[in-house]
Amino acid sequence: MCTYLTEKIAVAGSGKGTAGWIPLTDATVYLDHPQNAPAEHTLNIDFLNPAQGPSARVAVELTADSARALARAIEATLQAAPPGLA
Amino acid sequence: MNEALIAETVSITGHDGDEIEAYLARPLGVDSFGGVVVIHHMPGYDGGTKEITRTFAAHGYAALMPNLYHRDAPGASPDDAAAAARAKGGVPDERLVGDVGGAADYLRALQGSNGKVGVIGYCSGGRQSFLAACSLPLDAAVDCYGAFVVGEPPEGMPLKAGPIVHLAPNLRCPLLGLFGADDKYPSPDQVAELDKALTEAGKAHEFHVYDGAGHAFFSVSRPAYRVEAAGDGWQKIWDFYRRYLAG
Repeated sequence: MCTYLTEKIAVAGSGKGTAGWIPLTDATVYLDHPQNAPAEHTLNIDFLNPAQGPSARVAVELTADSARALARAIEATLQAAPPGLA
Repeated sequence: MNEALIAETVSITGHDGDEIEAYLARPLGVDSFGGVVVIHHMPGYDGGTKEITRTFAAHGYAALMPNLYHRDAPGASPDDAAAAARAKGGVPDERLVGDVGGAADYLRALQGSNGKVGVIGYCSGGRQSFLAACSLPLDAAVDCYGAFVVGEPPEGMPLKAGPIVHLAPNLRCPLLGLFGADDKYPSPDQVAELDKALTEAGKAHEFHVYDGAGHAFFSVSRPAYRVEAAGDGWQKIWDFYRRYLAG
């Protein structure tokens, strides 16, 4: 199905795309058909800098299980960081 | 038929007079041909849909696929353009009709055109094929598993497209519908509701629902591909277009 179900957030950081490193300002998270991953639906994340145009994008397409594992790993890593670092 | 063809990127006049990119494939060595507007799926103006466009040319039709995301991301790669269009909630219906109308005009103006033009769309394009056929003077339409012709998108989806089954009385040409029995959007119940609406409106249509197939069963590069359903579906398309577009 074409879900279009999308969460949009503001982010700060950098990402490496086809044109090299770009400053990131936005991210979209959605569950939908992948462009490339061999699955019917994937959890897709686009890290974006819309001011630099639609090609300023770092994209990932993850299976639902791996997306959940990633979310847990991010949270665990931040929780384990020494006070004041994260 | 020798299946010789030429394929190229062209510029066409779409909605509001905008010049947009489109992919054209047309047969060579054929004196007279019908036309097909190919509406790409939500992942965009991609290699798979260009291959479908060439397949129509190999079977004797001039086929034209407008890049529905051209305005959202001119010059960007198809996947980046699809992401940009998704972020905006998809293609507005009015713009879709204008772009398909422009593509149909382009096909009718080709030297060798027999004046007949059909439309086919996949996924979100299936709904858009039905919408175009209810809005434009076309000769045949194919809806491949288009979602939300019937039924509201689930709450929370920033989708600009709502149900359009109420347009059934406006359908201006015969409609071929190809669906998967395991699909949820559209579900078999939604397909049956559209079937009923078209029957009640007295509109020519034929629907086929394939067991063992879900959404996107024509898509050869995806796990959803189902060779039996896709093979039979293509035969249904050739038979349908032979009746309404050939000559």
